[in-house]
Amino acid sequence: AFFWLLSLLAASLLWFLWVQLGGPEEEAPLLPLGAAAAVLLQELCRFACFKLLKKADEGLATLSEDGQSPISLRQAAYVSGLSFGIISGLFSITNTLADSAGPGTVGIHGDSPYYFITSAFLTMALVLLHTFWGIIFFDACERRRAWGLGLVVGSHLLTSGLTFLNPWYEATLGPIFILTLCTGLWAFCTAGGSFHNVLKCLSCKQEPEGQVMLYSALQVPPEE
Amino acid sequence: MITFMNNSDSEEEPCNERTSLMSAESPPVPSYQDGLQASEAGEAQAHRKRRAGSSRGPNNVTGGETSGLGVPVRESALENEEEELTLKYGAKHVIMLFVPVTLCMIVVVATIKSVRFYTEKNGQLIYTPFSEDTPSVGQRLLNSVLNTIVMISVIIVMTVFLVLLYKYRCYKFIHGWLILSSLMLLFLFTYIYLGEVLKTYNVAMDYPTLFIVIWNFGAVGMICIHWKGPLQLQQAYLIMISALMALVFIKYLPEWSAWVILGAISIYDLMAVLCPKGPLRMLVETAQERNEPIFPALIYSSAMMWTVGMAKPDTAARGPSQQTWDAAEDGRQHLRSPSHAESQMSETRSPAPTRPITSLEELEEEERGVKLGLGDFIFYSVLVGKAAATASGDWNTTLACFVAILIGLCLTLLLLAVFKKALPALPISITFGLIFYFSTDNLVRPFMDTLASHQLYI
Repeated sequence: AFFWLLSLLAASLLWFLWVQLGGPEEEAPLLPLGAAAAVLLQELCRFACFKLLKKADEGLATLSEDGQSPISLRQAAYVSGLSFGIISGLFSITNTLADSAGPGTVGIHGDSPYYFITSAFLTMALVLLHTFWGIIFFDACERRRAWGLGLVVGSHLLTSGLTFLNPWYEATLGPIFILTLCTGLWAFCTAGGSFHNVLKCLSCKQEPEGQVMLYSALQVPPEE
Repeated sequence: MITFMNNSDSEEEPCNERTSLMSAESPPVPSYQDGLQASEAGEAQAHRKRRAGSSRGPNNVTGGETSGLGVPVRESALENEEEELTLKYGAKHVIMLFVPVTLCMIVVVATIKSVRFYTEKNGQLIYTPFSEDTPSVGQRLLNSVLNTIVMISVIIVMTVFLVLLYKYRCYKFIHGWLILSSLMLLFLFTYIYLGEVLKTYNVAMDYPTLFIVIWNFGAVGMICIHWKGPLQLQQAYLIMISALMALVFIKYLPEWSAWVILGAISIYDLMAVLCPKGPLRMLVETAQERNEPIFPALIYSSAMMWTVGMAKPDTAARGPSQQTWDAAEDGRQHLRSPSHAESQMSETRSPAPTRPITSLEELEEEERGVKLGLGDFIFYSVLVGKAAATASGDWNTTLACFVAILIGLCLTLLLLAVFKKALPALPISITFGLIFYFSTDNLVRPFMDTLASHQLYI
């Protein structure tokens, strides 16, 4: 979350400078540029987060008893993605939520009356997307697959770009949710899941665990 | 100031400690020795947990513990294990501190956002005599700096006074002072708070009910804080007291003065704890010389030691952490005293004398956690509360400050694990908080507002 905030800070700084340089009339055209810069900076910070977590992971592994860190990199990827998503979602929606409690009429000036509900759905999609991107991104960095990275950045840019089509909600909500689903499936496969796993999980079968041999100083080990 | 609680008693049983650590690594095997091994493993666990906290002073337990272990060969290996354990359990301690800090902040922010009383300007404390209602910016800045100077000098004077009192063993005076402050905090401020909340929600309450509620709340609070009580109740009371104090500060400190004071107090905290001639450090050293815990100041502790057959007072490691708070708090006259009241709480725990290794009572000892001074709670909450009250960007700024403070706390705890001595908890968090407050309010807010008005997501 801290890293996301840093990226947001950097993006805002850039935006501030651009607006100052361009003058107040120039704001609208600069918006796509500002958003794109924000997206790229977020991905950059995600990369920085990856580097930090990788280092911490190695450190924990060297310190631990059996050479394995207590937190796998996949878990770290999930947590990192989730926290990016949460802070991004909070920043997107909290002010809106606070305003929704106050007196007012939605869309009184001719805007869409569905502002709140679509904001809610978009925020949800974004939170999920950040989580999935986190998993995919970390995995791609771990295995040094540049195309994975490129796809994550590309899909983030695409999502952000699609929101520029608001309030044409059919064109934004639909594609964004389809993108969320696809990214989710991709992340699921990346994390090692498969159809098989899902079935096993659903059937709640108890796997025969490896038996632990318990020896006692006074007892004869059971015949195996 | 934060510190790990540590049990210096472990050096008394070097052999047992060593074997405890060894046996803890092998998988528990049911055998006729099971009972013994289990207890050893249990001791190892307890011991590990104890060791998880770094000792407070360099001349303190860590050295004592390793030297206490009678096997020099294993020292390096043990140090390694210590480090690993420190880091492992350090993470747990971080979480144990996140929750109360978050709760305190939530209470403060919720109150600020709903009860308008705490954002109305109704005068100032006598510690900030200069008014900020001046026409020019320069004059306002000057007044806020002067206010800060007055406040910090009051703090320093009170700290030195406290150190002197402690040095000359005027314990009764200190205890009386603490009890008086906690009385005032628990009864008077709660009464005001309850009154304002009831006013905001337009709820009628008759005086007898009010009396009964306040009496019960205050009496139980006094008992919990100064004597004995369930750990979670103590923690809850400490959180509430910190929130009340923070609210008072938010209300009565003028705006610019509040920010300058926050900055100045983190610098003061840094110096008072780390400089050799700092009052807090002297207090700690005095306590260590006498081998007794520094009077239970306002300290939030995440775990409690059961007072089972205590013979000697607990490690002085606890003192320093409270010190920073105490000293800092002392400056603030009676307002701070509640913090002193807090320390009473640790008093009940402080008699954690030697536990005979063989006794099972040792196993009953709860894990020693981390201690964080209540002053730190209060200032964190003041920062977040001020952000909630005055930032026009509303929730974004509050959220950003919240995350910044928690990250600062995390880093401080990391440093604590590395340096193994009492550290000031304010500087890093407050610095991050201030940076994020001003940058979010001025830079991020216009950007996010523009995005939100077009319903754009980044």
